[in-house]
Formats: sequence, structure tokens, C-alpha cells
Amino acid sequence: MDVLLQQVINGLVLGSMYALVALGYTMVYGIINLINFAHGEVLMIGALCSWSLINILQPAFPNLPGWVILLMAMVLASMTAAALNFAIEKIAYRPLRNAPKLAPLITAIGMSIFLQTIAMIVWKPNYKPFPTLLPSTPIAIGEAVITPTQLMILGLTAVALAVLSWLVNATRLGRAMRATAENPRMASLMGVKPDMVISATFIIGAVLATLAGVMWASNYGTVHHAMGFLPGLKAFTAAVFGGIGNLGGAVVGGLLLGLIESIGSGYLGELTGGVMGSQYSDIFAFLVLILVLTLRPSGLMGERVADRA
Amino acid sequence: MLNTNALFGNRWLLAFVLLLLPFVLQPFGNAWIRISDMSLLYVLLALGLNIVVGYAGLLDLGYVAFFAVGAYLFGLLASPHLTDAFPWIATMFSNGLHLSLWMVLPMAAGVAALFGIVLGAPTLKLRGDYLAIVTLGFGEIIRVFLNNLDQPVNITNGPKGIGPIDSVSVFGHPLSKRLDLGFIELPSVTLYYYLFLVLVVVSVVVCHRLENSRIGRAWMAIREDEIAAKAMGLNTRNLKLMAFGMGATFGGISGAMFAAFQGFVSPESFSLMESVMIVAMVVLGGLGHLPGVILGAVLLAALPEALRYVAGPLQEMTGVV
Repeated sequence: MDVLLQQVINGLVLGSMYALVALGYTMVYGIINLINFAHGEVLMIGALCSWSLINILQPAFPNLPGWVILLMAMVLASMTAAALNFAIEKIAYRPLRNAPKLAPLITAIGMSIFLQTIAMIVWKPNYKPFPTLLPSTPIAIGEAVITPTQLMILGLTAVALAVLSWLVNATRLGRAMRATAENPRMASLMGVKPDMVISATFIIGAVLATLAGVMWASNYGTVHHAMGFLPGLKAFTAAVFGGIGNLGGAVVGGLLLGLIESIGSGYLGELTGGVMGSQYSDIFAFLVLILVLTLRPSGLMGERVADRA
Repeated sequence: MLNTNALFGNRWLLAFVLLLLPFVLQPFGNAWIRISDMSLLYVLLALGLNIVVGYAGLLDLGYVAFFAVGAYLFGLLASPHLTDAFPWIATMFSNGLHLSLWMVLPMAAGVAALFGIVLGAPTLKLRGDYLAIVTLGFGEIIRVFLNNLDQPVNITNGPKGIGPIDSVSVFGHPLSKRLDLGFIELPSVTLYYYLFLVLVVVSVVVCHRLENSRIGRAWMAIREDEIAAKAMGLNTRNLKLMAFGMGATFGGISGAMFAAFQGFVSPESFSLMESVMIVAMVVLGGLGHLPGVILGAVLLAALPEALRYVAGPLQEMTGVV
């Protein structure tokens, strides 16, 4: 088996999930300069919702193929998460828009704790197996293998990115979003409604996060109330890595981070002679983050400087 | 500074209340005194973080790392773990490795300060959110290491944690045993209460003096406007490192105290949530305002524990569990 090729495939799969979540972070940060710590929790809620929906849909339509059920659950869960994220912004962040910078940050962390606790009460704290809806026979690529779920992740990410780039670059809403990110005051003078743009941003972010959450759940096979925290943190790292506020940067950062993490943890054991193993893989994201911020604070593709943060 | 006067103006009354608190709580059970002990530890942590976040304006979301450093240092130097894991240490200390807390405390302060400076150095150029996220990363890295350093050489004993850790001895009396004063018997938690109270009072005095010193004013100048501070001739690099180091010292000391108090440390006690809680304490009370920070710490540390007693019966009544 080709280890390198296999790790590259795993890294790309992991990276595309990071990229989807990172887009949500970067869009929100670009417009209202807030690290939305609750974004990872939106991913979690999306995944848990889809889990519940699948458990309802599967007995209701036993004849439908697995991928249709997965798609239906994904769409419905996205709508739920979008409504939730819309409400979060309205209730928790909007009143603090002109408050000192620390207040919304702490609020976001509080929101994250709140959502985790609510999810724990609603869905119970145990790990729940996520049903395998896609065929599980791996497909061989050269000497490595890729599962249909991983293929679905790569394909769906590509579609989502294409839709998003069309939305941002070619629609009225996208132009309004870019204008608000550039200069909110000026944009509002030009007839853009900042509140509407911000709401739209949160809704788009929630949809992307839910996609990533369902992918995460079907790739790893479990869902639970604390699953959103680490992907959220790493996705933020990816966003910073690529240059926060920059959509292309978030995608590149996410993919690179996924690759670094998977290749790094794959070879760490060999490099250190078995002293450090893959249990240290979580460290890579943070090391990358620290290195990037100290060496190139604006990120790979960002033009903003850290001081403005 | 109206609150300062309201809270500290009547300092004799305050001292009286604080000294008598354990006796008031005693009839309700030692658990309540334990809660006040933990609250005092959190006050100590919040005071330390207040130096970094409140005075110097550097948002640190990985503060619990220094708490962990202090706790593990005492845990390693005052428990059978190291002598069990390494035979050569066992041959060096035939009676086992049992350093007194009073010897470890300066070490904990020093090591934590070193960690603070080492972790602070790469972040000097960063501000605001970016600094928060990098410090958060450092905190997580330290926790991952604590969790995984049980192999190839068993240093931290991994997720299983280290124990039993020796308790503190004051004038030859171990605080884990009840003290018989003849007319009254003080349980262990009450003794710890007074030890922590003394520490908190010392820390408050230190913080208060720092706040009004040249260094404190320089920190606040950096917080308000770093470029202006630099233009006024302040060495912002050294001052920021000093803030990190000073803040970390408090974390290290309270960590060592925590280890002695609990008798056991494991990586679970040092999660990101703890860091967030301490930041929330400082922010809730009011950045850089000592009475506020203390109040915030007491509120946030005691409320969840107190609510546990209230919520239990309430849940039984309504049938929601």
C-alpha cells in the first residue's frame, strides 16, 4: 500500500471539511471582525439534526436508496442550522455590535458552551453511531483506497465551493457582502443593508458548516454533543492560515492544514522512532497556527495585517 | 472607583466576615467550605490573569497551562510517581520523593514564569483575537503533552494522572488532618481555607502595589495604545514579557496549591474550558479592577457549585433528569 498517496487522500478529505467550516469563520470575520467560536457548534447541531432525521426518514421510506436519504437529511439539517445561526446572530451578537471587542468574543464562547449543553440535554451525552448510508466497499486508486463516503465529501465540497464562488462573485448579495466586508459604513451609504448582509452571511456559514458536519459524521461514523469543538478550532486555524477574511485563502488553508495534519501524523511515528505517534496529530494544527502568525501574520493569501485584528 | 470604597472601605468588617465564614458554613457541611476553598483558588487565578488581560490588555486564552505547570510540578515532586517510574530516582531518594510545598512553591513560580515568557515571546507582535487564538493553541498543546507523555518514558502518567500527592504542612501540622485547638476542632478544609485566604490577601496586596507602580502604569499605557506607549519610551517588549511572566507566576503558585489540596492531578482539570472560565471571571468583574475581578471569580466559581444543590431538588421535583 502506498502510504503517501493514502495520506494525501485522507488529508484532502479532512482538508475539504476544514475548508467548508473555515469559510464560515472567514466570512463572519471579514464582515463583523468576530471570531465566531460557536461556529463549530453549528456543525455539531447540523450533524446531530441529520442523525435524527435519518433515523426518522429511514423507517419512513425503506425503499429509498441511502444517498437520497443522506441528501434529504443534509438539506433539512442545513435549514435547521441556518435558522439557528440566524437566531444566534440576532439574539447574541447583534446587540453587541458596537461593544468593546472582548464582549462579543466572550459571548461567542458562551454561546458555544450553551449550544453544547443544550445538545447534550436534547440528544443525550452518549456517542451515537451514524448510520452508513453509502456503500462501504473501498475503491482502489493506484495502491491506495478511497471510500465512497470520502468521494462524496470531495465531490460535495467542490460543488459547494463552486456555488459559493458564484454567489459571492456574481450575485447582488455577493456584491453587497464584499462591499460590507470592505467598509460597512460606506456600503450602507450605497444602499446596502448591513443587517441583511450579516444575516445572510451567518445563514450561508451555517449551511456550509452543516455540510461539513454531516460529512464528518458519515466519515467517522459517530455523532455526539462535543464533536464540533475541535473541527471548529482547526477550521479557524485554517482560516487564519489562509489569511482571514479571504475566501480563497480559507479553502487553501483548510486543504493545506488537512494535508499537513494527515501526512504529519502518518509519518511522525516513523520520524521519531516510535516516540511520538498519531496521538500528537492535534498539535500540528496549533503549531501551524503559531508559526504562521509569528512569521506571516496576514496569512498565506491575506492582505490585512495582524494589528488590525 | 466608587466600588473600591464600598467594598474595601470597611475592611475590618470584611476581614471579620472572611475569617468567620468557615464557621458559618460548617453546619451546612464541609462541602460548602470546600467550595469556598476552590473559589479562593479561582480568585488567585483570576488575579494572575488580570495582570495579563486586565492591565496589559493581552487576551490570554491558554492561562490554564500555567496552572497545569504548577500543579504537575508539585505533583511530580511530592508523590510516589517519579520514584515508581524511574528506579534511578528511587535510589537517589531512599525515602521517596517528598519535597515540601514551601520548597516547591518558588520553583513552581519560577518555572511557570519561564513558561509564560517562553510562550509569550513568539506572540509579541500579535494583538487581540490573534493573540487569543495563539495562546489557546499553546494551552491545548500543553494539555496534549500532559495527556501523552506517559510513553515512551512515563513522566506525566498520561490521562490517569498523578497521585497521591502530599498535602501541605504548616508548622509541622499536615493540613489534610483535622487540627484540635482544645476548645474547637478545625477540619482539613477549614485549614486550607485559611491558607488560601492568606495567599489571596498577599496576592491582592501585590496586585494593588503593581497596579500603582511604574510597571503597572506602563502596562496600562500599552493596553490603551501600544504605539503611543512605545513613543513615550517604554520598552513594550520587556513589559509585555513581564506581564506574561508575572501572570504565569500566579498560575503556577495556585497550581501547586491546587495539587496539594486535591491530592491528585490529571490533564482533565486543565481543559480549555477552565481558561475560558478564568477569562470570563476577569471580564465579568471588570478588566483591571481588583475588587471586580475578585467578585467575578467568587461568583463564577461558587455559583455552579451552589446551583448544584439547588438544581438537584428542583430536578427531582419536576422529574427532569
